[in-house]
Amino acid sequence: MIDLTKVFASTALLLAVSACTNYYEIGIETPLQPKLDVSQFQRVLIAGFVAGGTEDIDGNLETARLLRSQLRSESRLQVIDSDVLDLLEIAKNESNSENQERENENGNSSEAIENQDDENELSEEDLEAYDHIFANIGYWRQLGEEHQNPLIVTGTIYFTPHQRSGMVTREREIYDEFGRRSVVPVRAYRDRRGFILSPKFVFIDGRTGVTIHTERHREEVLYDASRNTPALSSYFELMDRLMPAFLGALSDQSIKGSRVLLK
Amino acid sequence: MVSRFLLLASAVLLFTLNSIIYADERDEARAQVEFGISVARAGLWQEAIYRWERASKIDPAYASAWNNLGIAYEREGFFNEALEAYETALDLEPDNLMIQQNYDLFREIHDRLDESFR
Repeated sequence: MIDLTKVFASTALLLAVSACTNYYEIGIETPLQPKLDVSQFQRVLIAGFVAGGTEDIDGNLETARLLRSQLRSESRLQVIDSDVLDLLEIAKNESNSENQERENENGNSSEAIENQDDENELSEEDLEAYDHIFANIGYWRQLGEEHQNPLIVTGTIYFTPHQRSGMVTREREIYDEFGRRSVVPVRAYRDRRGFILSPKFVFIDGRTGVTIHTERHREEVLYDASRNTPALSSYFELMDRLMPAFLGALSDQSIKGSRVLLK
Repeated sequence: MVSRFLLLASAVLLFTLNSIIYADERDEARAQVEFGISVARAGLWQEAIYRWERASKIDPAYASAWNNLGIAYEREGFFNEALEAYETALDLEPDNLMIQQNYDLFREIHDRLDESFR
């Protein structure tokens, strides 16, 4: 038999607690409208990227492959399957032919963008020198025509290792003479290594070849120097962080969280 | 002497009346806020917004009403209104850590959106 006294007592306690509660934690989903109006596009082409930094991964191929697979599951747009463009090579050729034309016009050699063939890694500044490819309206319009006027996504990807040394605060477990455990913050000098990912996404209207939106991001991760983290897994870790922002340009997203309602 | 007494009495009466009216307003606003909380917890956010807007009109100095409005506007995607509501709540109660926490979480999303638009 249920002890009625206990039931009354617990009910009274519950009522008393709820009467005294002046706040309620509540879960909410903050909706994010897409930054771009893509209603006029049925298809999206992830064309390729001008990639720089470490050669441990192919930033162009990996980024195109990852964005395609994400858009397939997270966007209503049909993702076009096509070969990923070697945009760096295309941009270099464009620079060279422009320089050649200028030389022919002036009759002397102009300041050319140096060919980076003999250099292994492109720096962030080197990548900026190829930005002119995104302003080549004719090139993108033609590419758009070949793929039935999609939204074109392209840009630059800079992924490079870096290291930083300095004081780091860590928590350390200690036990006193009675065996009681406590956690104390300890500052120590550490060598840390990691990676920087700095992509620029350029969204181009495939019907006109005009850039309609540009987004820049920068993420970095550092690990203890003793940890040997492969470049590819760091690349995915960093891309994972900025993926919601990229997808938020094209499709509805929401961020889950909690807030406190007050009486 | 009599006139001084009358003056004092009317001042006391005015103060008391004012306190009663203010207490009534706060009670009415509190009832709206509490009802808003119960409907929000049931998922009826539009009704909650209506209740908290009423509460903030009845008693514009009621920080909780503004805080809750901030949350509801944020949830509905009205970010400018949410920002204004949270900031009003914080102006009214700058030391309230719960309002500050709600505001900080909202600003994290708001600023990130702003940044990627730049």
